[in-house]
Amino acid sequence: MRENWWKYLLGVWMAVIIVAAFLFTPTAKGLGQTTRVLYFHVPSAWVTTLAFFISAVFSVLYLMRHQLHYDIRAEAAAQIGLIFAILTTVTGSIWAKEIWHSYWNWDPRETSIFMLLLIYAAYFALRSAIEDPEQRARLAAVYSLLAFATVPFLVFVIPRIYDSLHPDPLINPDRKIHMDVRMLRVFLGSFGAFTVLFYWLFTLRVKVLSLEQHVLRKLEE
Amino acid sequence: MWTLLRNSILIFRKDFRLEFRSRFALNAIGLFAVISLSAISFSIGALRVKPPILSALLWVVIFFSAMSGLAHIFVREEEQQTADTLRLLTQPVTVFLGKWLFNVILLLALEIVIVPLFVIFLDVSGINWGTFIPVIILGSVALSTISTIIAAIIAQTSNRGALFAVLTFPLAVPVLRSAIQGSWTALEGGGLTACISDLQILFSFSVVIFTASILLFDFIWRR
Repeated sequence: MRENWWKYLLGVWMAVIIVAAFLFTPTAKGLGQTTRVLYFHVPSAWVTTLAFFISAVFSVLYLMRHQLHYDIRAEAAAQIGLIFAILTTVTGSIWAKEIWHSYWNWDPRETSIFMLLLIYAAYFALRSAIEDPEQRARLAAVYSLLAFATVPFLVFVIPRIYDSLHPDPLINPDRKIHMDVRMLRVFLGSFGAFTVLFYWLFTLRVKVLSLEQHVLRKLEE
Repeated sequence: MWTLLRNSILIFRKDFRLEFRSRFALNAIGLFAVISLSAISFSIGALRVKPPILSALLWVVIFFSAMSGLAHIFVREEEQQTADTLRLLTQPVTVFLGKWLFNVILLLALEIVIVPLFVIFLDVSGINWGTFIPVIILGSVALSTISTIIAAIIAQTSNRGALFAVLTFPLAVPVLRSAIQGSWTALEGGGLTACISDLQILFSFSVVIFTASILLFDFIWRR
């Protein structure tokens, strides 16, 4: 209980965010009730980015130091990142059905998240094709860094395929936040909650994967 | 520096000779390209196809031909168990350079077969060759660079064949996109200036991935 206080706090905090997102905040002009997806969709996208960045950092650390616990962290972060990428895609797609009248129309944002899903599907396909843990860690780390090197090109190339209708260029054309104060409060609160949630999931996942590896090693002995 | 280059050339020549001695792999790759091209040509039939679709089809054929052929150079070393000897004999960088050179030349050679057949089978006219050839060359260099490093990765896994395309495609999307855009311009008779940004992407992609590959290849190759 003593050391778990923040988990209870997070539970209350997220409940407050959910209630506030539906009852407290006003809607944005032109988006109507669908504005409310903002408080869940954008933080999911943020956690996706954060998770993949952390995964890449642990991949570099693994290649530098060759200790398997770095690989476990890289894998755990990528797994959570993939789940949040799927959540972002699904919430975005439902929203798109309402506003753009189609679940999927290869908007640049949709294309880039689809690429991200493909890259990480490939990453896990690669991991599952290698038996030896050391070799798996090495090759997976190399692949994830190679993928990281191609991201700037995707960012440059994809917007040229179609124009974007995504509301972030519509809501803040001059790259400043024009949001109602109440919206902004709930929005930032949700960002914080999602980040802490990611941290919790990450530590849990690392624990599980480490135990799995420990058991496997004991079985081999 | 010079010994490094000389050793890479030696590795290239070794691979070149080996591949030509047993022409089985080369024949298979060449036939695969011809067959996928004729499959497209037959399924289109007598339809007159517009440049955007033509250039997309051309790059689909090139991509899958690359996927059928470019992994062989690393997979062979593992299958014939000669990889460990290479690991003992030379530096990793020379191995990568030699194999990269081989794959670039292999893909360009494939295109010498594919492109004329493409023009004949699909009845393409009005190409601006001065634009088309640079796009094809830069696109192939970019595609074979990313394929070579992925081939080195998948050679060490089980289930190689299926993984190669799965791992390469997401990373090759910028290449395919720019190459399709560039050859579309060329098929409509556009000049070099019209597709300069596509050529820039292809070139910088090759440079970035080539550098990253040289940095990362050590980790793949050393056990």
